Amino acid sequence: MDSELIPEGVQRCSLGKFILWISACGLVLAIGVYAMILCWLKGLNQTNMNDAYGFALWIWADLAIIALGGGAFFTGFLRYIIGIKELKNIINYAVLIGFICYSSALLILAIDIGQPLRGWFIFWHANVHSMLTEVAFCLSCYFAVLTIEYIPLVLENRKIDKIPFFHNLGHNMHEVMAVFAATGAFLSFFHQGSLGGVAGVLFGRPFGFREGVLIWPWTFFLFTWSAAACGPCFTILITKITEVATGKKLVKDNVIELLAKIAGWMLLTYIIAKLIDTWYWAAHTAPAMGFTFSQFYTSDPGSWYGYWILFLEVVLGGIVPALILVTRFGRTNKLALWIAITLACVGVCTNRWVMVLQVLAIPVMTFDGWFTYFPSWQEIATTILPVAYGAILISLSYRYLPVFPQERELNPLPGQEAETVEEQIEEEQEEPVGKLSPAAETA
Amino acid sequence: MEKGHNNTTTKRYGMVIDLDKCTGCGSCMVACMQENNVPFKKDETDKIKSITWLRVYKLNNGKPYPDTEICYLPRPCQHCSGVGDHGHSPCVSVCPATATDYGMDTGIVSQIYTRCFGCRYCMAACPYHVRYFNWWDPVWPKGMEKSLSPNVSVRMRGVVEKCSFCFHRYQLAMDRAFFEGRKEIEEHEYQTACTQACPSKSITFGDLNNPKHAVYELKQSPNAFRLLERLHTNTKVYYVSSKEWVRMAGDNYLKDEHKEMARAKG
Repeated sequence: MDSELIPEGVQRCSLGKFILWISACGLVLAIGVYAMILCWLKGLNQTNMNDAYGFALWIWADLAIIALGGGAFFTGFLRYIIGIKELKNIINYAVLIGFICYSSALLILAIDIGQPLRGWFIFWHANVHSMLTEVAFCLSCYFAVLTIEYIPLVLENRKIDKIPFFHNLGHNMHEVMAVFAATGAFLSFFHQGSLGGVAGVLFGRPFGFREGVLIWPWTFFLFTWSAAACGPCFTILITKITEVATGKKLVKDNVIELLAKIAGWMLLTYIIAKLIDTWYWAAHTAPAMGFTFSQFYTSDPGSWYGYWILFLEVVLGGIVPALILVTRFGRTNKLALWIAITLACVGVCTNRWVMVLQVLAIPVMTFDGWFTYFPSWQEIATTILPVAYGAILISLSYRYLPVFPQERELNPLPGQEAETVEEQIEEEQEEPVGKLSPAAETA
Repeated sequence: MEKGHNNTTTKRYGMVIDLDKCTGCGSCMVACMQENNVPFKKDETDKIKSITWLRVYKLNNGKPYPDTEICYLPRPCQHCSGVGDHGHSPCVSVCPATATDYGMDTGIVSQIYTRCFGCRYCMAACPYHVRYFNWWDPVWPKGMEKSLSPNVSVRMRGVVEKCSFCFHRYQLAMDRAFFEGRKEIEEHEYQTACTQACPSKSITFGDLNNPKHAVYELKQSPNAFRLLERLHTNTKVYYVSSKEWVRMAGDNYLKDEHKEMARAKG
C-alpha cells in the first residue's frame, strides 16, 4: 500500500507488521505523553524531586542524550571539516540520531521547568554569566542546524523528490551543507562544554566544582571530549541495533571500524584527561574545601554511592572500551565491538549521572545527611518517552527515506546481482544533476 | 563605611546569631512565615518539600549521654557576596534568567518571582539549602488569606523562593526616610521579622559595614564564624558560640586540620 513511498531497490517489511511495531512504540509514547501532560497541568509535584534534589532524572537524561547525540556533530565535523569521505555512509544516520536526541532534550527541558510558559525568559532575560543560558542558546541553535541537516534527507523520499521544487531545494541544501555542519560543530563544542560547566562552576558543591581556565572549568572541556568520543559509539550502537532489528547489513565494516577507531582514540585520550582531572580534584580541589576523596564514596546511611560508581564510569565505561576500540582485533571482532560501544555509552551516561545526582546527594554542611531520591512513574515515563519517539522516527525514516546509502549494495534484491547494483549506484552518482544524497555528495 | 558607585553609602546588611542564646523555640520561623506569606500544606511532615525560609537546625556534639550537648542553629539565606564582595554568590551567578540578583547597595540577594521560570539551577548551586521550590500552588486555610501581608507578593507554583532579609521592610523604611528628607535610615528602622520575634535576642541584624550598628562589633568576636567559609561564598550571616564543637561544625575540615583548627578555635 505504501510501496510508492519506499525507496527504490530496497525491501521493507509488510505495512501490517510495520503498523504493529509503530503501535507498540506508540503505546509507550502515549504513556509518556500522558505523564507529560500531568506534569504540565498539575505541576512538578507529580515528580519525586524535592528541595535537595532540584535537579534529578530529567536533567541527567538531558545531559546523557545530548552526549550520546554528540555523534552528529563529531561525525559531521570529521566528514565535512576534516574531509573523511568514508563517513558519508553513516552521516545520515548520525544526523537522524542527533536530531532525535536534541529534540528529546528540548522536550524534557520543557517539562522540567516549573513555569513552562515562561521558558522564553531564558532568552529574553538572559544572564550571560550562566552556563545554562549558553546551553539554551547553543542547544536551540544546534537543533535548528540539525533540522536543516535532516530536511534534505526527508526531501529525498521518492514521492517528495518528484516535485521539482523540493528536488531542487534538497539539492541546493546539500550544496551548502558543509557550512551548516561547520556551524553545528562550532555550536556543539560550546554547548557540550557548557553542560559540563553546569556542575563545574558550582563552587558551593565540592563534588561538582572544578578549577579551570578563565571562566571555563575543566568539566567544560571534558564534557565536549567525552561527547565527541562516546557520541560516535552511540551512533554505531544504534546502527548495529538497527541491523539486528532489520536483519540486514546496512553499513560496511570499514566505515564502522573507521568511526570506531576514531572514537576509541578520542575515548582513550579523554579517559587519560579524566584520570588527571580526578586525581587533581581529589588531591587538591576537594581537600582545599575540607573534603576527602573517601567522603564522596561512602556507605554512610542514605548513600547509594560507593567506589563502584567510579569504577563503572572510569574503568568499565572508559578504560576498557577505549582499549578495545584502539586495537584492530577489538574493532573487527563483532562481540568485542558490541561490548566496547555499549560500555562507552554506559560510561558517559554514568558520568552525566554522577555530575548531576551525586553532586546533590552529598552533604555539604556538616550537620546535613546524604539525600536520597527515587523518581516517580511520571518522571520515568517521560524519560522513556524519547526512546519510543526515537524508535518511531527511526522506523519511519528507515522505511521511507534513503538513510543508508550502502543498503542497496549490501542487500541486493532477489534476482539482482551485487555487482549490477554497485554499477547502478555508481551511475547515479555520476549524474550531473539529480538524486544527490549527503552520502552520494562528493566533497 | 564604603562609598558605592552612585555616591550613596554601600551597606552590607547581615546578621549575627548568638547560638549560646538560641533556645530553638522556633519563634523566628513562625514570624518569618507570617511576615513573608510563606505557604504551607496540611501535611508538613516531609521537610524536604516544605518551605521554611528560616530553618532551625538541631545540632549535637555526637557524644553519648551524659556528655551530649545540643545546639540550635537558625539558618536564613546567607546572602553570599562571593570573593571580593562582587556579588558572585553561588546562586546569582548561575540563574539563567537573572531572576535572582545581588543588590550592590545593600548586599541582599533578591528573588524576582515573576521572572523565575523554575529551572532550579540556583537550588542546585546553594550549599545551604536556603532555596525552596513551590511544588504546589499556595492554598490558605479559609479566612487566613485575610491575614496575608500586603507588602509581600504570594508566590505561584513552579517558582523558587527564599529569605529576602525582609527586604520590603527596607523599602518601607527608605520610603519613610525619603518623605522625611533623609537619605539614610537608622539601625532600628530596618529590622527583620525573625530578629524582632526572637525572645532571647539571639539574632542581631544591621549593616555589617556600619560601626554604629551592633553587628559591626559582634561579628568581630573571636567566637564568631560563618557557615562553609572554605567554599569562599563570603556569607553575611555570622554565628557566635562559646562552644568549640559548634564552631567546628560550621565548616568541613580534614582530619589533621581538625585538630589544628580545634586548637586555634578552642
